[in-house]
Formats: sequence, structure tokens, C-alpha cells
Amino acid sequence: MSIHLALEIGGGALPDTEAVAVAEAAGCALVTINDSPLSPSPEAGVRAGFLARRTRRVGLAPTLHPALTEPFHLATQLAALDHASQGRGAWVVGTENSAAAQATIGGTPVSDLEQEIADVIDVARLLWDSWEDDAVVRDVASGRFLDPDRVHHVNFTGERFSVVGPLITPRPPQGQLVVLAPDTLTDKSDIALVAAPTLDEVAARAEAARAANIPLAFAELDVALGPADRGGSGRAESFFGGGRAGVGGAEGDRIDGGGAEADRADRDARLRFAGGEDEFRALLNRLEGIVDGVRIHPVDLAIDLPRLAVATRRGPVSGPTLRDTLGLPRPANVFAGEPR
Amino acid sequence: MTTHRLHLGLFFTGVGPQLLWSQPDFANHTHIDTFIQTVRTLERGLFDAFFLGEGLRVRENRGRVYDLDVAGRPDAITQLAALAAETERIGLVATQNTTYNFPFDLARRLASLDHVSGGRAGWNIVTTDNAWTGENFRYGGWLPHERRYERAAEFVATARSLWGGDSVDTHSDLVNVTGSLGVTGNPVLFQAGDSPGGRDLAARLADAVFSANTDYDKAQAYAADLTARLKAYGRSRDQIRILPGAQVVLGDTEKEAAEKADWIQREQTTGPRAIAFLEQYWNKDLSGYDPDGPLPDIEPAEGELDPSRGTISIEHRTGKLERIAEWRSLGLSIRELVLHVTPRHNTFVGTPGGVADEWARYVRTRAVDGFNLVPQLLPGSIEDIVDRLVPELQERGVYRTEYEGRTLREHLDLA
Repeated sequence: MSIHLALEIGGGALPDTEAVAVAEAAGCALVTINDSPLSPSPEAGVRAGFLARRTRRVGLAPTLHPALTEPFHLATQLAALDHASQGRGAWVVGTENSAAAQATIGGTPVSDLEQEIADVIDVARLLWDSWEDDAVVRDVASGRFLDPDRVHHVNFTGERFSVVGPLITPRPPQGQLVVLAPDTLTDKSDIALVAAPTLDEVAARAEAARAANIPLAFAELDVALGPADRGGSGRAESFFGGGRAGVGGAEGDRIDGGGAEADRADRDARLRFAGGEDEFRALLNRLEGIVDGVRIHPVDLAIDLPRLAVATRRGPVSGPTLRDTLGLPRPANVFAGEPR
Repeated sequence: MTTHRLHLGLFFTGVGPQLLWSQPDFANHTHIDTFIQTVRTLERGLFDAFFLGEGLRVRENRGRVYDLDVAGRPDAITQLAALAAETERIGLVATQNTTYNFPFDLARRLASLDHVSGGRAGWNIVTTDNAWTGENFRYGGWLPHERRYERAAEFVATARSLWGGDSVDTHSDLVNVTGSLGVTGNPVLFQAGDSPGGRDLAARLADAVFSANTDYDKAQAYAADLTARLKAYGRSRDQIRILPGAQVVLGDTEKEAAEKADWIQREQTTGPRAIAFLEQYWNKDLSGYDPDGPLPDIEPAEGELDPSRGTISIEHRTGKLERIAEWRSLGLSIRELVLHVTPRHNTFVGTPGGVADEWARYVRTRAVDGFNLVPQLLPGSIEDIVDRLVPELQERGVYRTEYEGRTLREHLDLA
């Protein structure tokens, strides 16, 4: 299987429907929708819900932030996305925990963010399993719509909250949504997002993620596609030299968009590519032996996205679910087989 | 005099005994295709809005998940965003409670729904003090019953400031928000509570009320009460729409409709459901009793009513012993009793022409501005209303013949 492509569209430089149409046509397995309560864009989960019915194959991964939400709502919202998209839902675990973001909910930054995130992932996964697949029985003879032995309390207690459950929503079509998170944050994800400035470091961390039983590793990649005046055709050659120079056209001033400081720091840490379509394909071939996928962060969505469609030379993924596209099995339910 | 026209909404409850899942053609009520079919039918019927219910905990009976009614619903705002992509005009209203949401987060998601739908979002504001529901949340059971509308009022005021583009910095013991929204909007505010606190909140803040008063006299009394309350807040009757919840059963003749209504009510009151209804009050296993026999001869357990069915009003949570004594004096079987104490209120039964005549009277006298309809058969109830009742209403000049506006506010003739 060729390397999986994910595309980040959160910044809203193009209307979402246009961006996902191109991403879908270009063979992306999923789009991710970055977000923060401080963002000027509409909330990512709502955008993903809308896009669920304007797309057919591509996966949809809004960023939701554990430290800023009720875990029960988060799990319900994502389950609803998976139902609405008929199995194309995913979740980018967000790390927003700034004082300004916390102030929107009357809070202050959580001291142990990693623990909080681990707890929210755990409870979301339990809640997605809280209805077994065959919970709805519709047995007219006994008058029972569902089998109460197949709908479970989760009785989760974390460091800062507890949730009894079950979810109000039946099990998502994929069983579990596909969870994406930075490899440095947690090993509870399905896809480790590896942000490192060199191929060697990406390779080493992808290896470590697999050793931690994370099924897939994706490299984070800034991309500027096109002629030399966008940062330099030919500079991509330096990618193949290994080492730190593996970053084409790396001048900081090429990267526009003016995001928050944290975002700039993220960008400094990622692989970067600037060059033409052929070089981009060559880079993907090279990465194929190192990671399972890349998440593409276009430098300018409006310019790079049409070029990306040309560069990939792919058609839409076959799906039908995102797990199918990624070759991830539909997980067994942790509650199945419990004594009834 | 202006001819007032009816506004119709459909309330997709997603749980409860009214939906007859036992029918062979009952659509899978949690499948996205069912929702899409439903909203498309409603849009064909020129409905103002599609409402989604909310319940933040799956109902239980004596500690176990309640198994007799349909259950399972999506997150309302996510689902309505998906349905916005499948429709052009219909309003999309999410029931969301002010107790277990963060004001900024909910305001942002509602504004986002308003944005992606092109101004079709609405919010049905509900409150809860139910600590049992709160067990699913970080701050379970934090809000005293008597302060739930206070919290709601502050919550809604904060949301409105945020939607208007204000930078909010508000701090009280009920609401704490610092921030501003990048997305603005103007979702239509619905209010459903019928208690005095709920009516006051409606008079103060709501664009529309989703009341329980469908009998003509009660509807008129309600409208008069609300008009007086509106005045106290410097508002007028024209600034609010009254849309009581109602059910409709249609037949080719009055007799056929009445028979169908009886059948529906009996289907809704199965033997196991009647037993489970009493178990809420007894808080004991009554499964050994014959639903068509007399009331249980044993005494109920100590304590107040089990809150886990989630639907019992505060007035009914206390005084159960007196209530049970009263029931025993009626001499009814268990099922007959349940049919008796859960009467078929809020249901219009008749021919399409007969119901249309009745509704025309309601709206011309402004006892109501429309109805929020609760289906029993899925999709049958909805198809009946759209294909049989709507043309009769149009013929009487009390219902639109096309959408004139694009936003929910425009559909409801709200400024």
C-alpha cells in the first residue's frame, strides 16, 4: 500500500467544501481540522459534521481539546460524527491549555496535561464501547427495544473527573474512531503524529511509536509546492542528503500565515518541503519506507492544494470507512463477552 | 387584520414511549439515513424547523438501562451540522442544557452551526438540576434546583454577548467567562420549561416557546400569561412565537382517526411498560404482577421517586404515598391505571380537514403561532402530516406555500 496522506485544512484559507473536494480527489485518507476556542474559525467538530455529508470517502478529523471540554460531550460529538459520516470519523487530540483558552471556561491551565489527556482518551474509548454492536434487539414478543446487558456503565474515575456512562449514542460504525495524537504526548493513539525536523529523527521516533504499540506513524510535513519563486525548486534535493539539511527551502520568512507562537514552534519542528510536483512524489517515495503516512500542512492552502492534486496522481481512497482505508481493523468491544 | 400563519416544527425526541418501534416499518431511528429522509420530507412540507431532543444520560429503571423504549441519539449540534449539508431552508434546532455545558463552548458551537447552515440554527434552552445526569460530567449535581433558571439566564445573556461580537469578561458564582468568539451569529432561542421560572425566562429572553398547552382554553390562558410576563420585560406578544408540543393522528374519517389514536395509545402502553411505570413509584421489582390485574398489594420502598427515568417533574418526585393511595381507590388494572394517569393529552385526532379547521382557529385567534409536532410512527406520522395535513392548511390560507426567507428567523417572522 502506498503512503497515506492526511491534509490539514483548519486555517480556513479555502472554503472547507472546496478544500475537502480537492483532498478527496487527490487521494487523501483524511483531512484534519485544527482548532482552538481562540480561533476565528467555526468550531472544528461542527465543520466536520457538515463535511460528513459533503464527502464520500475522505476521513474527517477535527481537533478537540481534552483540557477544555466535558469528556462525555467530546465522546458523544465524535460518535455522532462517525455515524453521520458512516465510519469516517477521527479525532486529533488537542493540547490547548493556555491561560487564555482556559479562561473561556472559567478555568486555569491544568498542571498535569498528559494525565488529563490520557484520562480523556481512556474514557472516550470506553464510552464508544459502552453500547455493544448488538445492543438493540427490537424484540416485539418481550417488549424489549434493547438488551440492558449489552449497554454498559463505564464507571470511569480519572485524576480530575469521573463518568458513569453509558454514552447516549450507540457504538460508532468504526467501533472506535481513529485517534491521532503527537507521539510525544501519549501512546494511546491509533496514529502517532511525528513532528521532527530531520528524516533521521522522524525515522527513529516512528520506530519508537511502533514499539509502543501505536499502529501507525505519520510524519508532520510543511509543504510549499511550485516554482522556484516560492522558496526554491531544487532545494528539495537537500532532503535527500539526510541530516538537518533535509528541509527544502527552509527560510523562516517563506512560511506565512502568522499563527500563534505555539504554531510557529510546531512549524520549526516539522519536516519542510519546497519544490515541484515530481520532487514531492520522490519525497513521498522516500518517506514510504520510514512512516505509514504524512500529514501535509500546506504553506498556503489556496496555492498548494491544487498542485497537490496534480502531484499525488491518485484517485479517491476506496474506504468505505477510514479504518478500511488505513488498514486498521475494527476493534473488538472491550465489554463484549462480559458475564451477562 | 393580518392573517396569521402557522409555523410547524418537528420534534425528534429519539427516546421515550411515544415512538412505536414495534412496527415492522419503524425506521432505524439512530441511522443517519433516517434523519436525512426525515428532514427532506419536512422541507418538502415547508416546515420551519427540525428539533433534536437531548438527554445526557441513558434512562434507567432500578439501576439498569431501561430497555422498553427506543434509546440512542446523536450529539444534537454535530448531527444538525450534517443535516445542514443535506438541506437548504429548514431551521435546525438543538436542545442543549445550561447546567452541563460551558457557556463559551456551547455559544461557539451554536454560532458555528448558524454559520455552516447559513442562519438556520436554533437553541432549545433547557435546564436540569439532576445530579443523576450529572454523574456523566465534571461538575455533576453542582447547581441547586432553585437556581437553575438563574444560571440559564446568565448563560444565555453571555451567549448573546458573545454572538454579538462582544469581548466578554463576566464572573459570578454561576457563570465565568473571559473571551470573545471569532464566529458570530444569531441563533433563534426556544424555551421549553412550563414552570413559573421557565415562563419568566421565556418572557425575558426567548424568541419562541415550546409550551405544553395545546387545549384551546389552556393555550389561550398560557398566551395571556406570557403576554403579561413579556410586558414586565418591556416586550410584546409579537416578539415571541408560541409553539406547543403536539401529536397528530389522522384518518379518512373521524371514526378511523379515533380508532387509530386508541390503537397507538395501547401500543405505547405495553404490559412491561405499565409495570416499569409503577416500579418507578414502588422502587421494587414488580415483574411478577399481571399488568392486566390489580395494583400490587405490597407497600412501596421507602424514599422518593427514582430519578433515573429522567422525565419526572419536581412536583411529582414527592408525595408518592398519597399518589399511590389515590390510585388504589380507582380500582383499575395496572395497564388501565397507566392509561388513565398518562392521558392522551396534546393529541389532535381527526381527518386532515378537521384538524386543519381546528388549527386555523387556534392561529387566527393567536392562541398559538404553530405547533412542534412529535411523531409516533417513523416515518408514517411525518409523511401523513406533510402529505395530507399541510395541503389542507394551505387551502385555508394559514400555512406558507413556499419558503420566502432563508433563515430560521425569517421563517418565524422574527426581526
